[in-house]
Amino acid sequence: MYTETQIINNSNDELVINVGPQHPATHGVLHLVITLQGETIKKVEPHLGYIHRSIEKMCESLTYRQFICASSRMDYLSAHINNHACALTVEKGAQIEVPQRAQYIRVIMDELTRIASHELWWGAMAMDLGAFTPFFYAFREREVITEIMEETCGARLTMNYMVPGGVMTDIHPDFQKRVKEFIQLFKSKIDEYDDLVTNNIIFQNRTKGVGHLSKEDAISYGCTGAVARASGVSCDIRKLYPYDIYDKVTFNEILETAGDSFARYMIRMGEMRESIKIIEQLIDNIPEGDYQAKTKAVLKLPKGDFYTRVETARGELGVYIVSEGAATPYRIKFRSPGFSNLSALDQMARGGKIGDLMATMGTLDLVIPDIDR
Amino acid sequence: MFIKEYISEIAKATKSLWTGMRLTGHYFVRPKTVITQQYPDNRDTLKMADRFRGEVIMPHDADNLHACTGCTACELACPNATIKVITKFELTPENKKKKALDTFVYHLDMCTLCGLCVDACPTGAIQMGQNFEHSVYDRSTLTKKLNKPGSKIREGVE
Repeated sequence: MYTETQIINNSNDELVINVGPQHPATHGVLHLVITLQGETIKKVEPHLGYIHRSIEKMCESLTYRQFICASSRMDYLSAHINNHACALTVEKGAQIEVPQRAQYIRVIMDELTRIASHELWWGAMAMDLGAFTPFFYAFREREVITEIMEETCGARLTMNYMVPGGVMTDIHPDFQKRVKEFIQLFKSKIDEYDDLVTNNIIFQNRTKGVGHLSKEDAISYGCTGAVARASGVSCDIRKLYPYDIYDKVTFNEILETAGDSFARYMIRMGEMRESIKIIEQLIDNIPEGDYQAKTKAVLKLPKGDFYTRVETARGELGVYIVSEGAATPYRIKFRSPGFSNLSALDQMARGGKIGDLMATMGTLDLVIPDIDR
Repeated sequence: MFIKEYISEIAKATKSLWTGMRLTGHYFVRPKTVITQQYPDNRDTLKMADRFRGEVIMPHDADNLHACTGCTACELACPNATIKVITKFELTPENKKKKALDTFVYHLDMCTLCGLCVDACPTGAIQMGQNFEHSVYDRSTLTKKLNKPGSKIREGVE
């Protein structure tokens, strides 16, 4: 165990410092114990548990409709996609057929959430590296998405719009018009991001060749999402195991092979453009019909275990439900993307300089409540 | 060759920094593109979306009538025990006992504003209000009684 602030001087001239749990660069209550030799990192040890709320245990006392809103509090930046994963698992267990209209709405909302999440990451990551203005540019466009969400779902961050069998309410009459306006706006603004950050020489020098993760390591650490795809691992659940109507839309899985921080950055920038492509294909073709399937008043899953996975903005989220046939689950397990991605931080940062650790952590896109749950 | 590379790198770096600065300057001289809202000052014009979930409210009409039958569907749907419906028995004109709402207790301090109670209500008695300014000095004031004093259930609501 380490005390709160601990400096060890041993024979190897090693120095142990604590970053966090209250540190602006860790984006939450993450505690890193870093062993240094000079400025070179020898070891990074993440300490977790500061924001553990036992969501999995809480879910055991909630019904299958109620536990969905608890999952919004894990990865709050892609709350909508978390809810989607939970709803999919319940539908799989109870064998509910989701109407086409609901599937279209769900996927459009998912991709809007992904863009909003990546925008926040882009601003926060530039801020980690000392660039302050990009944060405002990112939030300018993100605000448009949160307003669309507010209008249709009723909330800006923890939407709770998904229910087993579809979505809670139909889309707002202005929804399609506003999303199209957003697509036009976003297409003109994303080039500004490249001017501001991507092509910036200081940014490139600080991220290229930093925090390298090989393909083998990415697989063995269980990395998913942009972290794994930057190392050349094809792992997009939307492509490999399509859910809802992802098999009907055409989009590219962005892959890079460099495996460094800049590659992870480029993956997410590319994903935002792909998300726009998906929304464009769907927004004019939302079929008429029900937005919610008729379900029983008390949802019960048959005895057995059910697992589904979705691609959130950070990687693969798996929801595992063990049911004993009652109205509440016997056990719920969430496989969160942030936990596995964080475990590879030691491998990435080892041998690098302490200044580069912040760049590496920024491109991991960590959301601490998702890691701790 | 080394000097040539060195100078071209400096030129490239200067250009990339200049591109970024030009963008910042573009918005600096166009203050109309700024979208900041002056929040406490724009309260009169600030309008929240119709579906915005700010708090649970129980609408009463002009005759002080509501639509709550006291069925406790909202209480069962709530994930955090935010709602407590207290019922009583009233005598109908035919001298029969009928369940009616006595007190609708709503703990705003425990509410996550998920909207499941409104979704579960069979008579549309509760709705989501748009008020979002909930800060108070005393936590106990956030425990609210939603049915107004002397209010009754509307005729014909079952």
